[in-house]
Amino acid sequence: MALLELQNVHTYYGGIHALKGISLTVEKGEVVTLIGSNGAGKSTTLKTICGQTRAREGKVFLNGQEITAMKPHEIARLGIAHVPEGRRIFPKLTVRENLELGAFSVQDKRTIQEGVERAFAYFPRLKERFNQKGGTMSGGEQQMLAIARGLMMKPKILMLDEPSMGLAPILVEQIFDIVNELNKEGMTILLVEQNANQALSVASRGYVIQTGEIILKDDARSLLANPQVREAYLA
Amino acid sequence: MLLSILPQVLVDGLTLGFMYAVVALGYTMVYGILEFINFAHGEIFMVGAFVGTEVLLISDSLGVLQGMNPFVALFLTLIIAMIFTGALGVLIERVAYRPLRSAPRLVPLISAIGVSFLLQDLVRFTEALARNEFYLNSPTLFSGAIPLGGNVSISIKGIIVIVLAIILMFALNMFVNKTKWGIAMRAVAQDQSTASLMSINVDKVIMLTFLIGSSLGGATGVLFAQNYGTIDPYIGFILGMKAFTAAVLGGIGNIRGAMIGGVLLGLLEALAGAYMGPLTDGAFGAEYKDVFAFAILILVLLFKPEGLFGEAVKEKV
Ligand SMILES: Nc1ncnc2c1ncn2[C@@H]1O[C@H](COP(=O)(O)OP(=O)(O)OP(=O)(O)O)[C@@H](O)[C@H]1O
Ligand SMILES: [Mg+2]
Repeated sequence: MALLELQNVHTYYGGIHALKGISLTVEKGEVVTLIGSNGAGKSTTLKTICGQTRAREGKVFLNGQEITAMKPHEIARLGIAHVPEGRRIFPKLTVRENLELGAFSVQDKRTIQEGVERAFAYFPRLKERFNQKGGTMSGGEQQMLAIARGLMMKPKILMLDEPSMGLAPILVEQIFDIVNELNKEGMTILLVEQNANQALSVASRGYVIQTGEIILKDDARSLLANPQVREAYLA
Repeated sequence: MLLSILPQVLVDGLTLGFMYAVVALGYTMVYGILEFINFAHGEIFMVGAFVGTEVLLISDSLGVLQGMNPFVALFLTLIIAMIFTGALGVLIERVAYRPLRSAPRLVPLISAIGVSFLLQDLVRFTEALARNEFYLNSPTLFSGAIPLGGNVSISIKGIIVIVLAIILMFALNMFVNKTKWGIAMRAVAQDQSTASLMSINVDKVIMLTFLIGSSLGGATGVLFAQNYGTIDPYIGFILGMKAFTAAVLGGIGNIRGAMIGGVLLGLLEALAGAYMGPLTDGAFGAEYKDVFAFAILILVLLFKPEGLFGEAVKEKV
């Protein structure tokens, strides 16, 4: 049984048919990437998984449990961490408070403390900025905070929506290194990217989405070699 | 003569100001989260005044008030009124606001005004039925004044109002800044949909906001009745307006701003009331103190539209 499964999901924004029958699976321990150009429906796919937009048709399962109709906070509590597009850290809260909120569903104080220590290990900058307001940090630091915040709940799956967006190349490199590292420690990751080259080099499998439909799915290496993909997304 | 009344004027101003401040918190907390002005909040304050006064009147007629320590009596009265108004606030949110959350902004506002009238009439009706009149005189728990030498003195009940208001504000500040649910509340105020990704139940946070804001409003009602003695079902309107003004003055949505805005407004009003007449040779008497308060508000907003402590308004993305 897949850790995460979408079956023929259709999502609308009013009259706009944004997802037209998306099916995909993510197995435990995998990095799966979803690539596609602007407006293809990548973010909508993640939002539908975590309940921020509703599937009008189709089903979403986590560990075999249907979560299609659940509320976002209920889905998050089941262990889906969504690091949204544009980071969306809480700008007026400190780094510490942002991290603590990431662990909102965690009761045990010790687990929260360990989570903070782990975040510091991955992102030493956060330790220096611990009592600083999130909004006063640089874009790269905010992205690190957003990922660290997502990890605080010890999720079953981490969903990253364009984590490399707007970052300097050296930071992009760092972010993908961290994705790799997290995966080596067993984290399951669904990675949405426009940076197809990088995404496919850390992922084991990939899906290509275009105007709300999956037009290709394959293992990452084959997608990297696929002329159609090379032309459209790696040029 | 002008100077000798100053201590009492300051205490009066602070008493009024701290009441504005605590009521302003209810407006500002709800606005911070829903960007909605809960016009019924003044009536929650009024209901608190009536619940508190009824508790005192009933225990007095049962004979339990005599011999009770006035601090204990006030404490119990406050608790009962806060529970009642807190629950009332939650109920109003659930019934009158939540179903309208995705409606155009004007709609919940109208609903709030409707709730205001409903509460005024309900209280008036109940009191008229039970007591044949809807003006109540509250039993006073504290009387007397502290002499400050000469013929200067300050009233004890004013001091009690101030001290209790400070305790309530301090408790709220601790809650909002130091507790898990307080941090969640600030997160929901900044970004609801992202807060829900943190497993935060946004509806629950909104309920909590109404619970806290309304119980603070209710507590202030009790203090008001203690301080001024007489209450009627319409006291919520003017006080609510002033508290709302205080919230805007401090920067609506900003908790610290509401506290400071309230105290400032109360002080200015008391000073204007006491000194405007003598200083202008009677041309502008105490009856102009409200005008004075609103003139200050307009001046502040002209130069700093976001209020003294608010942030410049940014359109939400
Ligand atoms: N809130 C919204 N209201 C209406 N239409 C929307 C909304 N959000 C997205 N859409 C539309 O749905 C489609 C899919 O958008 P989505 O944000 O999922 O694309 P995306 O693949 O994430 O693009 P990008 O790479 O630019 O982030 C687009 O056509 C977009 O215009
Ligand atoms: Mg997107």
